[in-house]
Amino acid sequence: MKIHEYQAKELFRNANIPVPKGKAAFSVEEACTVAEELGGYPVVIKAQIHAGGRGKGGGVKLAGSLQEAKNIALQILNMNLVTPQTGPEGKLVRKVLVEEGLNIARELYLSILPDRATANIVIMASQAGGMDIEEVAAESPEKIVRVAVNPLVGIQPYHCREVAFGLNLGPEVTKLFNAMLVNLYRFFVSHDCSLVEINPLVVTAENSIIALDAKIDIDSNGLYRHKDLLELRDIDEEDALEVEASRYNLNYINLSGNVGNMVNGAGLAMATMDIIKKAGAEPANFLDVGGGANAEMVENGFRIILADENVKAILINIFGGILRCDVLAEGVVQAARKTGISVPVVIRMEGTNVEEGRRILADSGLNLITAVDLKDAAHKIAAIVQI
Amino acid sequence: MQPSSEKMSIFVNKDTRLLVQGITGREGQFHTRQCIAYGTNVVAGVTPGKGGQAMDDVPVFNTVLEAVAGTGADCAMIFVPPAFAADAIMEAADADMGLIVSITEGIPVMDMMRVKNFLASKSSRLIGPNCPGIITPGQCKVGIMPGPIHLPGPIGVVSRSGTLTYEVVDQLTKQGLGQSTCIGIGGDPVNGTDFIDCLAAFENDPVTKGIVMIGEIGGSAEEEACTFIAGNVTKPVVGFVAGLTAPPGRRMGHAGAIVSGGSGTAQAKIDAMQEADIQVCTDLGTLGELCAQAFARNV
Repeated sequence: MKIHEYQAKELFRNANIPVPKGKAAFSVEEACTVAEELGGYPVVIKAQIHAGGRGKGGGVKLAGSLQEAKNIALQILNMNLVTPQTGPEGKLVRKVLVEEGLNIARELYLSILPDRATANIVIMASQAGGMDIEEVAAESPEKIVRVAVNPLVGIQPYHCREVAFGLNLGPEVTKLFNAMLVNLYRFFVSHDCSLVEINPLVVTAENSIIALDAKIDIDSNGLYRHKDLLELRDIDEEDALEVEASRYNLNYINLSGNVGNMVNGAGLAMATMDIIKKAGAEPANFLDVGGGANAEMVENGFRIILADENVKAILINIFGGILRCDVLAEGVVQAARKTGISVPVVIRMEGTNVEEGRRILADSGLNLITAVDLKDAAHKIAAIVQI
Repeated sequence: MQPSSEKMSIFVNKDTRLLVQGITGREGQFHTRQCIAYGTNVVAGVTPGKGGQAMDDVPVFNTVLEAVAGTGADCAMIFVPPAFAADAIMEAADADMGLIVSITEGIPVMDMMRVKNFLASKSSRLIGPNCPGIITPGQCKVGIMPGPIHLPGPIGVVSRSGTLTYEVVDQLTKQGLGQSTCIGIGGDPVNGTDFIDCLAAFENDPVTKGIVMIGEIGGSAEEEACTFIAGNVTKPVVGFVAGLTAPPGRRMGHAGAIVSGGSGTAQAKIDAMQEADIQVCTDLGTLGELCAQAFARNV
C-alpha cells in the first residue's frame, strides 16, 4: 500500500526521523495559513499524489512570499499533474504539502528494502541525491553503498559506519546520520514496510540531516497488524474499478486493452493476458478470481469487467481442478443472465466434470462460445477481435 | 529427508509420513481428505488446544513435537492462517521436520525474512509459502493440486504458480508424458526451496528424464536458475514465463510478481532461458506438444 509524502513525514516525525516543518493543505486558504504559520519565506509547495517525478511535472515549487504561495497553491491544487510515473493521463492534485525552505548543502539518497533472494534487509545509499537510484545504478554503480542487515540480528553500529563512511559525511554529521538510520531501520521493521525511500536526504548548511522527501510502501500482507496505517489509504489515488473489485476480494488490475478476461490463479491469469496479446488483441485487465472461485465471484468479476467501456470481448479461462466445472458453468450462466452480457464471451474450462459443464453452457441459450483448450480459445478470441 | 524407496522421486514419495498443521480448519480438513484419498500417508494433525481429538482417523496433537514423538511424522503441510504461519513453520523446523510445505498465502514479508534466516541453521527444507505444494504422482500428494490430472512418469515440473502448473501438467498428461515430481515453489518474494534446489534434485533423480520450468515476472530467480542450468543440468529443459503483458510497478496477484525499476521482466527471463539453451515455449496452448518434441529423444 502506498501513502502520501505528507503522511510518511508525519510517521517519520513520530519515529524521530527529522523532516522539515510543514503541513498538508486541501485548499488555497489552508495553504496560505500553513505558509504563514511556518514563520518565514521561502516555503515549498508540493503536490501530493501517489507518483514520483512530481518536480519534473511542475508539481513542486518554491514561494518567496505569501502572494506567491497563494498563486502557486492556486496553480497546483486541482491541476492534472503528468509525471513520468503517472502515464500520459496524469493525476488530479487534491492536496499539497507546504513546508519550510532549507539551506541545502548536500543531497543524498537513502532507502531500505527487502532483498528477496537473500531474505536480508538492505540499506542503499548514494551521494547522488535527487537522482533516480535506477539511473545511478545504470550509470555509476560504484557510487551506490549497499549494506545488508540480517533481520534476526537487526541493525548494528558497523552497518551505520559502512553507510556513513560510504557517503563521506564527516564526524559531526555522521553522529546525527547514524541515529537517524537506526530509527529508520526500526521504523521499516515495525511498520512492515516493503520500501522506505528518502530522496533526497539533505545535509543543511547548519550541518543537520533532514528527510526532504519521504516515500513509504507498506506490505499489504502485514496490514492486519497495523490498523492505524490502514486509515492512511487514499482511495482517490486508486483506480475506481480496482477499488470496487477489492470490495469483492477480487484481484483486479485495470489495463488499457479491449479483451476482458477472468481467470483463476495469478500465474494462469498473466499467461492468459499474454495469450490475448499473442492473438492480436490487448488485455483490458488482470483478474484473478482465486484458486477456489465460486459462482458469486464469477458474477462480481463479470460486473467489474463490463464496467470498463473499452471491453469488446471476454475470455474466461478456468482450470477447475478441485472446483467442479459444472458448478462453475452454472455460475457463469447465472451471472450472464443477471448482468446482461452484451459482448461475445469465450469460455475455456478444464477439470472435473468438464463435459457436464460444457453441456450446461450450450443449453443455456446464451451467446457463450466454448473453447476446448487454450489453443482453441486463442483462435476464437483472435477471430472475434479481427472483425 | 532421505527417500528410502527404490522408486526415486524428489522430496516426497510413498514412504513420506505427513503431518498437517491446521488440520481441523475448513481448508485443512478438506485438503487432508483429498491427500488421503490420493494415497498419502497422513499420520498426524496439529491444532493447539485440540490434542487428543481426531480428524477422521488422523490423531490430532497440540504441538508438532508431540505429534512427531507419537507418530514419526517427517513432513509437515501447513494450512494455518497468515498471521500464525511463520510461527507454524518455525515450530515444524524446530521439531526437525525434514520437509515443510507451507500452502498459506499472505504471510508478511518481514515474517518470511525472519523464518528464512532461522531455517538457515536448521536441517528442514521449506517449500512455499503461497504454493500448491508438491506431488509425486502415484505415490504421494502434499498440497492442494487436483490429483487426477497427474500421471507417473519421467518429467520433473517446477513452477512459481498454482493453476498455471495444473495447466502445464494437464497438457503433459494428455501427451502421455507423466511426471516424476511436480513442485510449486510459491509466488511470494521470499520463499524456501528455489528453482535451483529443484533443478539439482531433478538432475540427480534417475527417474527424471526432462524438466519443465515455469517462471513469472518479478525478482531474478529464473535468471539465476538459467545460469545454474547452463553449468549443471544435462537433462533437456523446457521453459515458460508468464507476464509478458504485465504493466511495470504493479503486483500481479502474487506478492512476488512485480516488475520494479525495470528489472524482473518476462522478456529478461526468456532471454536468459534462451541463452542457457532452454527451449522456451512462447505459446502456452502448445506447451504439451513442444514438450513431446523436446523430450522425444530422452523419454
